[in-house]
Amino acid sequence: MAFISSGYNPDKPMENRITDIGPRHFGDFLPPVIKKNKGKWAYHEILEPGILLHVADSGDKVYTVRVGAARLMSISHIREICDIADKFCGGHLRFTTRNNVEFMVGTEDEAKALKKELNGRKFAGGSHKFPVGGTGAGVTNIVHTQGWVHCHTPATDASGTVKATMDAVFDEFVNMRLPAPVRIAMACCLNMCGAVHCSDIAILGIHRKPPIIDHEHLDNMCEVPLAVAACPTGAIRPTKTDFQGKQVATVAIKQERCMFCGNCYTMCPSLPLSDKEGDGIAIMVGGKISNRITRPAFSKVVVPFIPNEPPRWPSMTKVIKKILDAYSKDARKYERLGDWANRIGWERFFEKCGLEFSHHLIDDFRDPAYYTWRQTTQFKF
Amino acid sequence: MAKHKTPLLDQLESGPWPSFVSDIKQECASRAKNAKGVDYQVPADCPDDLLGVLEMSYVDGETHWKHGGIVGVFGYGGGVIGRYCDQPEMFPGVAHFHTVRVNQPSGLYYTTEFLRQICDLWELRGSGLTNMHGSTGDIVLLGTTTPQLEEIFFDLTHKMNTDLGGSGSNLRTPSCCLGQSRCEFACIDTQQLCHDLTNTYQDELHRPAFPYKFKFKVDGCPNGCVAAIARSDFSIIGTWRDEIRIDQKAVAAYVGGEIKPNAGAHAGRDWGKFDIQKEVVDRCPTGCMKFEGGKLEINNKECVRCMHCINAMPRALRIGNDRGASILCGAKAPILDGPQMSSLLVPFIKAEEPYDEIKEIVENLWDWWMEEGKNRERLGETMKRLSFQKLLEVTNQKADARHVREPRHNPYIFWKEEEVKGGWQRDIADYRKKHQK
Repeated sequence: MAFISSGYNPDKPMENRITDIGPRHFGDFLPPVIKKNKGKWAYHEILEPGILLHVADSGDKVYTVRVGAARLMSISHIREICDIADKFCGGHLRFTTRNNVEFMVGTEDEAKALKKELNGRKFAGGSHKFPVGGTGAGVTNIVHTQGWVHCHTPATDASGTVKATMDAVFDEFVNMRLPAPVRIAMACCLNMCGAVHCSDIAILGIHRKPPIIDHEHLDNMCEVPLAVAACPTGAIRPTKTDFQGKQVATVAIKQERCMFCGNCYTMCPSLPLSDKEGDGIAIMVGGKISNRITRPAFSKVVVPFIPNEPPRWPSMTKVIKKILDAYSKDARKYERLGDWANRIGWERFFEKCGLEFSHHLIDDFRDPAYYTWRQTTQFKF
Repeated sequence: MAKHKTPLLDQLESGPWPSFVSDIKQECASRAKNAKGVDYQVPADCPDDLLGVLEMSYVDGETHWKHGGIVGVFGYGGGVIGRYCDQPEMFPGVAHFHTVRVNQPSGLYYTTEFLRQICDLWELRGSGLTNMHGSTGDIVLLGTTTPQLEEIFFDLTHKMNTDLGGSGSNLRTPSCCLGQSRCEFACIDTQQLCHDLTNTYQDELHRPAFPYKFKFKVDGCPNGCVAAIARSDFSIIGTWRDEIRIDQKAVAAYVGGEIKPNAGAHAGRDWGKFDIQKEVVDRCPTGCMKFEGGKLEINNKECVRCMHCINAMPRALRIGNDRGASILCGAKAPILDGPQMSSLLVPFIKAEEPYDEIKEIVENLWDWWMEEGKNRERLGETMKRLSFQKLLEVTNQKADARHVREPRHNPYIFWKEEEVKGGWQRDIADYRKKHQK
């Protein structure tokens, strides 16, 4: 390999340097029909799963075909997306905030032909490249994090758990038969880069073993006061210990106070937490972001731990299917998963979903915990 | 022939959902073949090694990525995340595998010309693997080496006229829903506002000066497709304060079954005939609607703009004309003090260029948070620690009943001296004249 220069001169880094220009203006990228009718759309309709029609005040129409995609995407795949957009969409396309891809065309016939084309394209291993769906009262794509693919703190993988889950609920991606939209999110540790705390169903990687202390390197790799301050329960204190006959500055951890949040490891690489047996998945449900009918809500933990079972996490997908099926059968039209659970009562939720309730599911972290306990004699037998 | 055996990952190639494993393998094959004769600037087999190290994690249930290192481009304190493999001898192709965040265009529209430029860049100078997009909204380019960073930045800024996104204790890359570009519900031009904020605050985006990360998200309406209320320190959500516009003819068409309700969103199950009373009027959270004599009436004064009726009958009901935004602040994921959603700060503000009123609030907030915030304390936590009253004070907002869900449960009010007649300075001798010890 010969180094190929872009034109950057390392001896004069400021020469011709361009900085702080921000992203390209979105106006450079809008398809003509979108640019023309921006701010003047009259209504929309989902013609069939994965095909949207938007009609402007001008009478102009745009048909959108939405396809699912793995967030982890190769440039070969992006180039194939570009080829399709060049052939059918005048060289324009967009992504959604949930990792779907949208192709926009001018007529219903073109949209249907494109849907057929997209559904026909498969990877060598047999999976869809561009499954059409993800609209209306169904399950759409999962927002998620990096997991074992590219992160230093995960308690599980993200791409794998998402693939396993979307395979298990694929019928709901290509249909619109649930009582309301179900938004699934995945975060591979408590840092929640995927912000799963307001999702109908959340898959969350958790640790269950306190950090291992690397006494030999801690003082060199970490600022001890930062490590101490990082602990929300005050479980970490500075100390000195003998390491191979030498006294070293390090920390001590009151293990029974650890809530396995991993914040200390974020601040100090000498306190790793990850562990095959300790790590796994918690399932949270009932969150939402929309203000529709009820106000936005946090997700609640309903399964405290499921072991990591790569590559397909069968216990996890079984739990998700059980929850989704019980909700689909029992909820009223327009009722989001959390609204359904609130109406029937969480005691009924566990019963109907066939989930076990345990002490792990009672909040004991700081003041908000009290507001989740039951201060009424109204409950169901 | 695959470089590493990946029997566990191979099981993720079957099933209907797009397989990231198949996709990575397709990139491995493309790089091995190298039909275009690319002089790869990072190891050609790095996608193979990524599969190898991932398979190892699938076997032993633990990650093999080290804590990040400090890497970046000259003059920026964010946008690149250092990443090193903890088994570099076994997987040399990913020994150094840094992430580059590229600021996405508002609304995530692209031309194929631009995407192909990104692909060409990432073929030459990176792994050929991306995230479209990262959780915050950036185009994420996964996997390159330190010597390539300045070259990538030079190409991005010189050839693609685009810039890096945020990371660390910076302003993070702002993001928005697609807004007015293709949605009749959008009350504000989310894309323009997002683009304007991004460009106004380039310094904050590239150079860390905050106690911790800070996120802007802009939603066009209370449906909240970009999750502003849950995922941003400063959430701007479009709304209106006049009347929902009603087209009674279209209402009749919904009632008569001529138009599919819910824009077809529930069409996959037989829910029976559309019943406007049961599905719309009775579902209104404030009970401010009436359907009598074939006419739909809304008492707009009582409406809380939840969007249900509009979502259910988009051809009959449209957002009002007096549009602007609500501003809420302080959302964050649970680390450390538990999850928070954004709390309402400004019930209504006009969102028109150059957005000076909105920016004034932003800058007042930042002045306060940068002064008072502790290391790694999100704005929401500072608000909790120092009170909502303080937040109002620093942003020059007047307390309003809309700020609370309900008034306080305790009478422990921090009265200020100037609020109490006669002040607080009293003399014990005067007191003792009236009250013996």
